[in-house]
Amino acid sequence: MIEFDHVTITQPGSDRPVLTDVTGTIAESDLCVVIGRTGTGKSTLLGTINASVPATSGASMAGRVVVSGVDVTRRRPREVADLVGYVGQNPLAGFVTDIVEDEVAYGMEQLGLSPVTMRKRVEETLDLMGIAELRNRPLVQLSGGQQQRVAIASVLAAQPRVLILDEPTSALDPTAAQDVLSAITTLVYDVGLSVVLVEHRLERVMHFADSVIWLPGDGRAVFGPTDEILGEADIAPPLAQLSRVLGWPRVSTSVRDARRKVAAEGPHVTLPDLPEGPTAWHAEGLTTVAEARDLTVRYGDLVAVKADLELQAGTVVALMGRNGSGKSSLLWALQGAVASTGTLAISGKDPRVVSDAEARAVISLVPQTPSDLLYLPTVGEELAQADRESKAPAGTTRAILGRLGADLPDDRNPRDLSEGQRLALVLAIQLAARPSVVCLDEPTRGLDYQMKLELALIIRQLADEGACVVVSTHDVEFAAQATERCIVLADGDIVADGPTRTVCCASPAFSPQVAKVFYPHDVLTVDEVAEALLLRSTPDDQARLP
Amino acid sequence: MPRLLPRVAPADAQPPLEFSGRRQRTVHPWAWWGWALSASGAVSLTTNPLVVGLICLAMVVVVLRRRTDTPWARSLKVYLVLAAFIIAMRLLFQIAIGGSRSGTVLFTLPSITLPAWAAGITLGGAVTVDGLGLALFEALRLAAMLLCVGAANSLANPRTALKSVPAALRDISTAVVIALALVPQLIASVGRVRRGQRLRGGTRKGLRAFSGTLIPVLEDAVEGSLQLAASMEARGYGRTRRSQHTRRGVWQLLGALVAIILGSYVLLAVPARTGGPLGIALATWYAVALIAVGAVLAAWGLWAAGSQMGATRYRPAPWGAPEYLTLACGLAAFAAVSWLVSSSPAVMNPRTTPLSWPVLPPLALLPFALLLVPGFATPRPRKRS
Repeated sequence: MIEFDHVTITQPGSDRPVLTDVTGTIAESDLCVVIGRTGTGKSTLLGTINASVPATSGASMAGRVVVSGVDVTRRRPREVADLVGYVGQNPLAGFVTDIVEDEVAYGMEQLGLSPVTMRKRVEETLDLMGIAELRNRPLVQLSGGQQQRVAIASVLAAQPRVLILDEPTSALDPTAAQDVLSAITTLVYDVGLSVVLVEHRLERVMHFADSVIWLPGDGRAVFGPTDEILGEADIAPPLAQLSRVLGWPRVSTSVRDARRKVAAEGPHVTLPDLPEGPTAWHAEGLTTVAEARDLTVRYGDLVAVKADLELQAGTVVALMGRNGSGKSSLLWALQGAVASTGTLAISGKDPRVVSDAEARAVISLVPQTPSDLLYLPTVGEELAQADRESKAPAGTTRAILGRLGADLPDDRNPRDLSEGQRLALVLAIQLAARPSVVCLDEPTRGLDYQMKLELALIIRQLADEGACVVVSTHDVEFAAQATERCIVLADGDIVADGPTRTVCCASPAFSPQVAKVFYPHDVLTVDEVAEALLLRSTPDDQARLP
Repeated sequence: MPRLLPRVAPADAQPPLEFSGRRQRTVHPWAWWGWALSASGAVSLTTNPLVVGLICLAMVVVVLRRRTDTPWARSLKVYLVLAAFIIAMRLLFQIAIGGSRSGTVLFTLPSITLPAWAAGITLGGAVTVDGLGLALFEALRLAAMLLCVGAANSLANPRTALKSVPAALRDISTAVVIALALVPQLIASVGRVRRGQRLRGGTRKGLRAFSGTLIPVLEDAVEGSLQLAASMEARGYGRTRRSQHTRRGVWQLLGALVAIILGSYVLLAVPARTGGPLGIALATWYAVALIAVGAVLAAWGLWAAGSQMGATRYRPAPWGAPEYLTLACGLAAFAAVSWLVSSSPAVMNPRTTPLSWPVLPPLALLPFALLLVPGFATPRPRKRS
């Protein structure tokens, strides 16, 4: 279906090719996931399929790519629009019109199809994506998942045989992501399209994936079936890690498979269990650094947040809940940048009334788009500016950045940094003020597993130094790995507040994959399983082994 | 056999529950614009307040009967307020500064002598009936013309209007739609960045803080444009255009431009003397002929350029009998008023020195009736109860 024939791509301004001599085939009607660490060329490989690389990126390319018998090399993306459909990360940025129905028709208008054909195809496509009832709605009023489905519908209307998606769910909450992924699987299973997609949160798609292309980062591309490749790839979602720890020859790609395998083969080890009954968050023996009573944020008539909250030094808190449940509003209200009512005291100060500089010294926030805080041309100037802002001795921020494991050269432009490097830079700038509470709004967006692990270590280190770190996230796996307390928000109210293990393991639906595999045992991470395996040295345990 | 299970739903045909989701037949926006601009043109020819008032009445009635539930349809009130404001301001200026001070004096304001550099302007002084009458008639005409535009705004769906431009102008209309969608995004982006800047302590003030906002917002905008361009390219934008062919329609459009400029020049600058055919001056005939040639050339050029694009249109707004009727009513009303103006100028532009009470010529009811027709003879928009 899609054949890569000795494809070599060199990015502009780089002397080393990002992909070298890539040869392989994606079979007809496959759901193929491209995996690899950030910066290994996943999007570039994806772009070669619809010819946007090298046509729009300015890269130089050797070799050829053939899609259902058509050589797409050195053509324009528009010429292959009826062969390959492309959906990007942010659906709203790609919309040309303002109404759902017009957006779906737009691509066909450009292909010059007759109005009669268009009408029929628009109806079919709206039904296929389940958006028929949204047809006359303005695009901006739709939820993220609906927007992404409209974006998929708008490329499907031209009836391509291949669909490529570049991180289609990275901007969505888990429910919306599920919505979009199920729409994609419908296309693969019921319509027979071939789908190639890039996805960081592999645990969401690997169950559906027929094949995987792994980019190890040295220019190679490894093609193969999902369970085989995941066994060796440096990208290891929780189930792959578990399979490796338990020594399974093939990776279990779904919770169901893993659960059946554990039930049949073991390991029969002592796993952590919770005491019976509900467990609330216990703050005994910890110093309270922030206290909010009846903290309320209103947007007009809408009460976005209404919460009582106490935060303790040295803890890492996860803030979870669906999009629009008030996570960001709560963080911004704690920081004092969003108007709120009720009492708020952080290290004895109310950030809403003290000056911005003082507020920053007690609580700092890294927003969802960290680049909003950067406006100077080089990293060096940003770091120096941060020292001045925090009235810290010169070099403080640079030292913090080094400690975060990102030694960025002074002359780099902050806008050229990768997602993770930019996050580290902004975090360093915000930490220079030595705040007692650090808030991170959705820091895991766009990070790969390795970067998430590093972030978890950094956060732990901050907490050990006495700060309270509040992380809002959709990522249950990250919360399980990095946090000890979990607060769940729904419609602006706190519906659960307790140790992460209690909150996340209480129900099998809202829990990390490892917890689902070992239910009813309350395991959060693969490391805990590995630890339990190490402890299994008593003869009694040995005897119980199969 | 007895039926054990009751029917789940009545089997006879039911109207769909969700009415609002359906597209409805509305009059083409360009037809409304043609109708309203004709009315506006008619108003511009006369200062008779009774005729002007009748045309305004017709506008308001049609808008009230044929507007939809959409946000822009609620703009009539704004235009009425604006029209009243124009009249009030014109009268106020007439009283305070004054232009014409002849005729019966109503009352006298204390006059202020301005310094020499403001010579020619007199503040205060006698306020006369004639002066007020003149100001009122002129203000009424201006307000009525504005109201006509307001009527078109309330009746015509701007989105459909943009979509219904000739194929050659589709690129421009696409750009306008994108730009309009970008404005709220830009505002949101500025808000987000400004909020973010506070997180850095807000030590930068004034112009330096401005650059701190501008750079991230510009970065956002540029990145958004690139993403949009990539998305349009991937969906086949410009694919049907054959770039190796020369552009068609260029000569026709250039010719149209020249003809229309010449025509307007002749119409406005060459003094018209009566005595031509049908009582209209020869120069006017030349001007009309030139503009007509220009219009035909423009239509030809747009068609030629559009046929090269090769993009088709999904569900173009229909143009049928209601549209022809609406447009014809507007043009007929304009023709009727122009004929009235040329046949009885004294009635249609009543004297204001001395001020005489305007009379309504019976024939002036004809344009009023014509302008009212679309309010009753076009399909009624469906409204939510």
